[in-house]
Amino acid sequence: MNPKKTELLHQQYLKGLSRERKIVRLYQLLIFIAFFASWETSSQQKWIDPLLFSSPSKIWNLLIEKTMDGSLAVHIGVTLAETVLGFILGTLVGTVLAALLWWSPMLSKILDPYLVVLNSMPKVALGPILIVALGTNLSSIVAMGAIISVIITTIVVYTAFKEVDPNYLKVLQTFGATRTQSFREAILPASFPTIISTLKVNVGLSWVGVIVGEFLVSARGLGYMIIYGFQVFNFTLVFLSLFVIAVFATVMYQLVELLEKKLIKNNQ
Amino acid sequence: MDFLTLRGIHHTYFTKTSAVTALNDISLDVQEGEFVSFLGPSGCGKTTLLSIIAGLLDPTYGQVKLEGKSVKEAADKTGYMLQQDYLFPWKTIEENILLGLKVSKTLDDTKKKEVLSLLRQMGLENVESLYPKQLSGGMRQRVALVRTLATEPKLLMLDEPFSALDYQTKLKLEDLVSNTFKTFGKTAILVTHDIGEAIAMSDRIFLFSPSPGRLHKTFTIPEELRNLTPFNARNHSLYNELFKKIWKELESIEPEEN
Ligand SMILES: Nc1ncnc2c1ncn2[C@@H]1O[C@H](COP(=O)(O)OP(=O)(O)OP(=O)(O)O)[C@@H](O)[C@H]1O
Ligand SMILES: [Mg+2]
Repeated sequence: MNPKKTELLHQQYLKGLSRERKIVRLYQLLIFIAFFASWETSSQQKWIDPLLFSSPSKIWNLLIEKTMDGSLAVHIGVTLAETVLGFILGTLVGTVLAALLWWSPMLSKILDPYLVVLNSMPKVALGPILIVALGTNLSSIVAMGAIISVIITTIVVYTAFKEVDPNYLKVLQTFGATRTQSFREAILPASFPTIISTLKVNVGLSWVGVIVGEFLVSARGLGYMIIYGFQVFNFTLVFLSLFVIAVFATVMYQLVELLEKKLIKNNQ
Repeated sequence: MDFLTLRGIHHTYFTKTSAVTALNDISLDVQEGEFVSFLGPSGCGKTTLLSIIAGLLDPTYGQVKLEGKSVKEAADKTGYMLQQDYLFPWKTIEENILLGLKVSKTLDDTKKKEVLSLLRQMGLENVESLYPKQLSGGMRQRVALVRTLATEPKLLMLDEPFSALDYQTKLKLEDLVSNTFKTFGKTAILVTHDIGEAIAMSDRIFLFSPSPGRLHKTFTIPEELRNLTPFNARNHSLYNELFKKIWKELESIEPEEN
């Protein structure tokens, strides 16, 4: 085939791609508008109970108001700090535990049944105990955010460590590598993809832990806003908190994806 | 004194359900600077024997000595290239070939320059910052060889280094490896299925028979063939003669096949 023709076909291919992208975007936008428009109208026309379901315009006005008086920023700041801390703590402790288990096969055999039990346990049920132990403050909420992800992280990452091709370790052994060196040169980098995917799961889990934690104790934060809105029957406040949570959880997820692209540079 | 001595090596693999004897009473010697091949059908314990010589595996019985020392003590003197290249996919070529020096904490600027120039001698230019998956099979095998040579081992072990390559690449690499080893005066053990490769490259061939793995026969390659490059050796009349002899011998030890 002559190069001009190939060039032309490539152009057409690229055009096709961009047309498809435009169509997808268009429909996404349409769904967005349709959803909020029908919500707004049905609330205004009282097809749904405006007290219960609020409306986009009310939520928007409340957003402006809460942003102006600065109270929203405080709530967001508190919850975000707790979530990020819980997330980092859960992932870090989980990975360190996994490393310990890898280090000592004996320890991993001994702890195996305990891990299974702890993993199947609903972690949020530990909330009251954490609060009693750590007090009604930030630390017990961070602990909730961490504890919910730590065991599953340990299990998943440890499994990844174990599944690293033993021949990579053999190569290192022929160079006289110590166990620490084997861990650093082979086990850890080979498990990066798994660690990253647990990070993605942990973002969601930490939000659950923190919001439940705030339900239980806090006097600040987005979880508190939800509970407070519920108690005073201000559902506009509840919805506002939900939207803010959705936005920030998504941003956090995107950041993890960015990290993924950076860390796994040879994987494209 | 012999460079490498194996005395009464015996190895059994134990699992929950079985005990497989992979090696039975292997004794042999290798001289310094010699190139020897382990030849034999699949499953006769060649890889097991290499792992034992490399100190990765303790034999059930028997002794391996390198220059009079146990191989565990002499680990820095042996280099072992596994059956596949096992380049680390998350490391660049440069990081891969410097791995041995990094692990043994002997990496410095002069060493680094030497290893990088060795890479160029192997015909690999401008690949330092690439990742292994960006190279062809033959290139990866050469990189793995550089990685093994980088720590300057006195004894090199190659486990079927060319078996996954196409014929042409294989012939070229045989010449390259043979040349490199001769210039550096390395002692080498090559594991192979390929009779021709064993004849073309070695000074001596150890033929193994399977179940359990035993040393069946030793062939010494005539002087005329040794002095030729592997490629030219394959065209010598003595090569064909020897090929037939070893072929017959191999037939006699695996009559159950065909
Ligand atoms: N880790 C192991 N556990 C149990 N049995 C093993 C193990 N490794 C090897 N064996 C057995 O030991 C015998 C020798 O295996 P080995 O890998 O040394 O053969 P080989 O000569 O290298 O074969 P090939 O030419 O196919 O690479 C085989 O019967 C094999 O099944
Ligand atoms: Mg083998």
